[in-house]
Amino acid sequence: MTTNEFVFGALPYLVFGMAVAVTLFRWKLHQFSVSSLSSQLLESRRLYWGSIPFHWGLSTVLVGHLAALAIPQGFRWWNGVPIRLYLLEVTGLALAIWAAVGIALLAWRRLSTPRIRAVTEPMDLVVLGIVAVQIITGIWIAVGYRWGSFWGTSVFVPYFRSLFSLHPQPEFIEPLPFVLKLHAFSFFVFVGAFPFSRLVHIVTLPLGYTTRPWQRVVRMNRDPGGYHGSSKEVQNR
Amino acid sequence: MKVRAQMSMLFHLDKCIGCHTCSVACKNLWTDRKGAEYMWWNNVETRPGTGYPTGWEDQDHYKGGWHRDDKGRLKLTLHSKAGGLGKLFYNPSLPELDDYYDPFTFKYGDLFSAPEADQQVTAVPISKITGKEMKIESGPNWDDDLGGSDTFARNDLSMEGVDDAVRAQMEELERVVFNYLPRICNHCLNPACVGACPSGAIYKRGEDGVVLVNEDKCRGWRMCVAACPYKKVYYNWTTGKSEKCILCFPRMETGQAPACAHSCVGRIRYMGVLLYDADKIADMTTKPEDELLDAHLGMILDPYDPEVVRAAESSGIDAPWIDAARRSPVYKFVKEWGMALPLHSEYRTGAMMFYIPPMSPVVSTIENDLVKLDLPEEREDFELLEQLDKARLPIQYLANLFSIGDQEPIRKILRIMLSIRTFKRRQSLDGGVIDAATIAMLERAGLTVNEAEDIYRLTTIPTIEDRFVFPPYHREMAIEELNDPLAHKGETGLGYIQPAHRGP
Repeated sequence: MTTNEFVFGALPYLVFGMAVAVTLFRWKLHQFSVSSLSSQLLESRRLYWGSIPFHWGLSTVLVGHLAALAIPQGFRWWNGVPIRLYLLEVTGLALAIWAAVGIALLAWRRLSTPRIRAVTEPMDLVVLGIVAVQIITGIWIAVGYRWGSFWGTSVFVPYFRSLFSLHPQPEFIEPLPFVLKLHAFSFFVFVGAFPFSRLVHIVTLPLGYTTRPWQRVVRMNRDPGGYHGSSKEVQNR
Repeated sequence: MKVRAQMSMLFHLDKCIGCHTCSVACKNLWTDRKGAEYMWWNNVETRPGTGYPTGWEDQDHYKGGWHRDDKGRLKLTLHSKAGGLGKLFYNPSLPELDDYYDPFTFKYGDLFSAPEADQQVTAVPISKITGKEMKIESGPNWDDDLGGSDTFARNDLSMEGVDDAVRAQMEELERVVFNYLPRICNHCLNPACVGACPSGAIYKRGEDGVVLVNEDKCRGWRMCVAACPYKKVYYNWTTGKSEKCILCFPRMETGQAPACAHSCVGRIRYMGVLLYDADKIADMTTKPEDELLDAHLGMILDPYDPEVVRAAESSGIDAPWIDAARRSPVYKFVKEWGMALPLHSEYRTGAMMFYIPPMSPVVSTIENDLVKLDLPEEREDFELLEQLDKARLPIQYLANLFSIGDQEPIRKILRIMLSIRTFKRRQSLDGGVIDAATIAMLERAGLTVNEAEDIYRLTTIPTIEDRFVFPPYHREMAIEELNDPLAHKGETGLGYIQPAHRGP
């Protein structure tokens, strides 16, 4: 097995499998440890300038990547007209730069604010480093290898789809420039770090809030015929 | 009618001496942990004052509670549901640590290890968060007894609407007056923290109304901290989870009063069951402001009413709980005698802790070294019943705290307390003769002699059984007797099952 085969053929399965297994384990047995670990209480102003650009910029770009993976033909259709291609690329690049500014501010905040340093774990810095590599390589690719939203659909999408179909074809990645490989590799590292870090809070995005009732009332079940020791929700309003 | 039971606490502010024993009992029991140092689930504020966290009543800033919109619908002031998700990454209405205070300790070791020198050794303060030396700029009860300054009282938002002349008078140091306001979580009927929690981690217990945070489900989005208008949900910066007053439910379940109430040296706290109609919550919270207080108090049902008892039984409230509701001292003060009011009912959360407003002395001046009371000459027997405006604590101020700015409920309560005081003085000091004038005075305050005696007894000489009436919780019934209790070991009780460590 060559390095390329390992990194782009075996590693993805390793990290995804681990991410699912460890996240489930943490969810079932150590759910107390799952938190966004907000530090806004300790420092608010710098967080405002860092967190909003970082989260909104990065999550929008991530959704864009996933959309390209899901509907590549839609992207090809959209990019068929040059002005639409420019619009998409400029938007993506702007969001990435916005996120880059955000993560730079967050890193500076984390290292320079005494209260935030006090709650910084080594893993927080690892996460910052991984995400920074992803954002920087992403911007590099957008600028240096135009137009990624166009050729990506015929280079990266077939590769990722080969992973999903359990017939990995790492040879698709073999001839690509180093930065592109690094961008993909850092994503796998990101997935590998996911269950062991604060990154798990991504899966807790509380979308259920939009549909749940405003109030929650839970009552201990004292019905002897019921499931013993359990509680049940009796009323929602 | 959907009847539910609520464990409620009543604070007799006229008896509070501001000793903070309650706060310390609570701190020692629940919040003497890393990440919780700055939390005071129970705190005692000097009022008029800015409170803890500073200026918590400023809902223009903190966006706490609910409001009634133009169409008469109830809206969470903090956010809409979609807006709440939009603010996950940064919540502009959240108090910062400095709005509470930076928790500190001292380098006590220096007192022993410092080398011999000409100077006295000092223990420098260090932050409990960074562990570094710090300058103490605020602390628990920094404004205690007004902290030697009129800044705190001057900035009290509830002074709004108080006469300028009265305000100027209160700012003179020798005329300054204050009372104490102990605060815990209000365990509301319509809690804003529950409504604001994106994860759905906060809930109200159906059996006794205690509002709790499920620490496993909390993800630290911290919307509850901003949404609670009383600022009684706190964010633990170590665990990344929100925490709040649990009304000492493990103590209540074993028949003991919560630590704050049990330790109260002034015996100002009473506890008991209230029955309320859950079907009326929506209606109550959307009432216009002038009807809100009556609707709020109207939530509480009469435990003697056969219809209520029937509805309670069919809602799963058993006979001992109904009996406890009948013996509840909180019910007596709030409903039978109409002496207690909730704090800031206008937040529309349906607060379920009640306060008896405090009396205060008459405004006085010193002339020729003699204290001169600001009262007309024709006063009769120092009765203040018709002279309530001469009390040092402005009625309007108390009304802003407890009755949405309406002075009448406060006047009514103060009349009751003053007439009982006069009645008991005449009874015990003036020869024990209760004449027609005294009875007429009681009647003007809406009391019979028997009622006055009952209020006197429950106020002044209650036993611990009179003050705390707890129904049997029957926790054992939640786990069937035939089951192996060891199989449920670790499922009840409270505490971190995982060590409290930041991050994974």
